[in-house]
Amino acid sequence: MVTVLLYLFGILAILSALGMVFHRNPVYSALFLVVTFFSLASIYALLGAQFLSIIQVMVYAGAIMVLFVFVIMLLNLRKEVRLPIGKPAQVIFGVIFGLLLFVEGLLIIKSGSISGTLGRYPQAKVNVIGNVEALGNLLFTKYLFPFELASIILLVGMIGAIILGRKKMPKEL
Amino acid sequence: MTQTGNIILDVVIIVIKIVIVLGVNLTIVAYLTLAERRVSAFMQDRLGPNRVGPAGLLQPIADGIKFFTKEEIIPAQSSKLIYLMAPSFVLFPAFLTYAVIPVGPTFSAWGYSFQMEIANLNIGILYILALTSFVVYGVVLAGWSSNSKYPLIGGLRSAAQMISYELPLGLSIIGVLMIVGSLRLSEIVNFQTHLLWGFLPRWNVVLQPLGFLIFLIAAFAESNRLPFDMAEAEPELVGGYHTEYGSMKFASFMLGEYAGMITSAALMTTLFFGGWDFPWVNESALGVWGILLAVIAFSLKTGFFLFLYLWVRWTLPRFRYDQLMRLGWKILLPLALVNIVVTAIVMAFLA
Amino acid sequence: MTGFYIVLLFLLTGIFIAGMSLAVSRILQTRKAYPEKYISYECGELPAGESWIQFNNRFYIIALIFIIFDVEVLFMFPWAVVFDEYGLLAFVEMLIFIVILLVGLAYVWAKGDLNWIKPRPQLAHLPKEKGE
Repeated sequence: MVTVLLYLFGILAILSALGMVFHRNPVYSALFLVVTFFSLASIYALLGAQFLSIIQVMVYAGAIMVLFVFVIMLLNLRKEVRLPIGKPAQVIFGVIFGLLLFVEGLLIIKSGSISGTLGRYPQAKVNVIGNVEALGNLLFTKYLFPFELASIILLVGMIGAIILGRKKMPKEL
Repeated sequence: MTQTGNIILDVVIIVIKIVIVLGVNLTIVAYLTLAERRVSAFMQDRLGPNRVGPAGLLQPIADGIKFFTKEEIIPAQSSKLIYLMAPSFVLFPAFLTYAVIPVGPTFSAWGYSFQMEIANLNIGILYILALTSFVVYGVVLAGWSSNSKYPLIGGLRSAAQMISYELPLGLSIIGVLMIVGSLRLSEIVNFQTHLLWGFLPRWNVVLQPLGFLIFLIAAFAESNRLPFDMAEAEPELVGGYHTEYGSMKFASFMLGEYAGMITSAALMTTLFFGGWDFPWVNESALGVWGILLAVIAFSLKTGFFLFLYLWVRWTLPRFRYDQLMRLGWKILLPLALVNIVVTAIVMAFLA
Repeated sequence: MTGFYIVLLFLLTGIFIAGMSLAVSRILQTRKAYPEKYISYECGELPAGESWIQFNNRFYIIALIFIIFDVEVLFMFPWAVVFDEYGLLAFVEMLIFIVILLVGLAYVWAKGDLNWIKPRPQLAHLPKEKGE
């Protein structure tokens, strides 16, 4: 049951990702991306990471994609405008790095399952105390400093984004 | 019983629960529309719809038939596929949230443990928040795909409103979660069944009055109801984001909106008013009567909050958009943060 | 049956019911097509110009601010749940977190990104509102 659903959502994620890339209309692309995020969230939920799946839905589908749709509406993008492909050097490097990434992915898949030592919260323990509780415990103990750091990064990110956003957006975009 | 037999029994019971929950809620939605019109009429010293059936009780059925038989019109200007899809983004999240709301305590009978909710998720409250964040799409896409002026303005306005009030909504719950220590709705209710100082019901509204107030206001704004219905401010925007919608697609928007009202009323009950708890009574000790009492208590509390929606509608005037944004960002958001800090101080020093 | 499957089952039931009602509506409804029906609504007039209007940049900025705060709020959930177990340490940590959040809020507040235009008639004899 789990395996079947995993494959189903995996295929859905890949198909909608392809749809996102190839569709000409930006709104449809954005919606395809929402479907991709949703399938990813389902995969997380199937693997027992409920909190992660909710975060995936709330942050990516519920917040970031809303911003995308806003931008599409603000600029009234109905049909995609094809920009001329960049300089030949860019194309060559793009192809080379794309191929490298693809080969790397293949090698990882070929190497079989990724194994490691179990952490402080293996699946059995998480099932007992709960997903969110386990995460909260880790945030309070082991990852206390990164946790606070994350909030500062978010603050810097927000200020940066707003300063950029306040400038007049270029008309021809 | 065998293993597979158990699973089949589980599935059958869950499907029955789903059908009951959907049936009951669709009926409540239908009668909520009638209640809205009757209560509005009462408050304005009118009669309201009272011709169809005794005291107008068949009015929702007449409305339903009308929705079913109206011609579906897809405006020529619209982006067809998205135009057709948009209502489902409002409709499904509103109904899916019912899955985690407990209407009574867990009880066992015939060697089987019955849960009075469809799914007892350990991330219950986050599940509801995640689903409600999908409603924004329905509103924005309906506005955009209609390719008409009023829906576009209405859609963008209410989308900005909804995301603005999602923050105070989420933050107002944090205080409750700190006290209870669980995201599971059944545990949040169980926590509230005890008494405070021996006589006061330990409902979260007693412990988190400010949190409740913020939640109440934010929930009103989230469901796009008066006094926050900028999205469909009739005098200026005609129908708002669903101006171009008709027949069953319009009905989907309405169903979604009213279902959302029921969800937020049920959530207010569950999070802040003890859920199915009837104070000073131990429901689990009373057997079947206890369950019945719990369900009645839950329905009465939820019913009260639904009435509050109608009451507020005819009591407060509509906000202006700049006032709305100021209330959300400059008053509710800081207040919600203060509420968390105060809760933390009290808890840290009591511990 | 764990939660996820139940929710999936619920969703499928919902889609089935919604699809059925749409199909029934399709069968029951009358259809008479004439071109005026398919014109966008504009108070009975023929639609003038494009439907798109130049929108205020504020909507975009509000969405940006929302994303950051949404992430921060979500960070607070796991830690609100275990708050009780850690007492004073948790309190200090949360205070730092909230103060950082408040700095962000104070920044956008002071810079005026949360201000929306007030609909005020531009009449010379009216006194100006404070801070305008």
